[in-house]
Amino acid sequence: MSTLVRSPDPEYPVEIDLRNRTLAAIWAWLWPGAGHIYQRRYAKGILFMVCILGTFFFGFGMGGWRVVYASFRRPDLRLPYVCQVAVGLPALPALLERQRALSDPPKPPLFGSPEAFQAGEVADSIFRPPFDSRHAYLEQGYDKAAEWHDRLKGRFDIGTLYTMIAGLLNVLAIYDAYAGPAFILPGKEHSPKDDKKE
Amino acid sequence: MVFVSSHVFAFLFPLIFAASVANRLWYALPLIVSISLVYAATRHELMRPIVEHAVRFSLWIVGFMIGVFIFLTVISALV
Repeated sequence: MSTLVRSPDPEYPVEIDLRNRTLAAIWAWLWPGAGHIYQRRYAKGILFMVCILGTFFFGFGMGGWRVVYASFRRPDLRLPYVCQVAVGLPALPALLERQRALSDPPKPPLFGSPEAFQAGEVADSIFRPPFDSRHAYLEQGYDKAAEWHDRLKGRFDIGTLYTMIAGLLNVLAIYDAYAGPAFILPGKEHSPKDDKKE
Repeated sequence: MVFVSSHVFAFLFPLIFAASVANRLWYALPLIVSISLVYAATRHELMRPIVEHAVRFSLWIVGFMIGVFIFLTVISALV
């Protein structure tokens, strides 16, 4: 089941045991860096965890904890969530909150205060979409997304961008856990000047 | 090492200067660090080549941003 990968670079020779690489890829998706830690590649696991989760939560916080939510219908087709969900567990509660918001009658939010929800308004909480089964998106008086944009200004978009990039970076980390590093072959990375000399 | 740091400074100085003028450019710095480290980590296994590659890659990104900045400045001056 385990797969061995060797570096072709004589300057930095290394042999990596990918163990069960499918399982490692699943771990890497569920929690950035976890796949590498499972493979005993601790330094890279910690590096991925810090960089990817740091980017994700920094963006999430900058966006007022409102930028990660799931919505798959127009006009709020939330395509950034496709990238965000690549971070795994940290983005998955959004799917649960979407289900709860769209159930009939809608269920109260899992996180945050339920006061607005109990008052009959759209719940304003983390992972919760800006609509529920009582209020269609953009219905007059319940344009929650516009309220977020107004409150957070540009930080909503920048936070969305950060969380999307974190997800895309985790795709690279998942690939690395599954197949090992995409090593640069010796002599492959040289300047065009070297080609002229040859 | 001195050679690398002087080049890092030469590339980063315009970005830091521009960022001090336009506050929103500061948002690019954590992204540049994170992207270069993760990308470099997918090309190497050991920390030393990862960090070396990340420094080179971040310089590429900053250089590209400066290129786009110069291109847009020239375009806006011409139009």
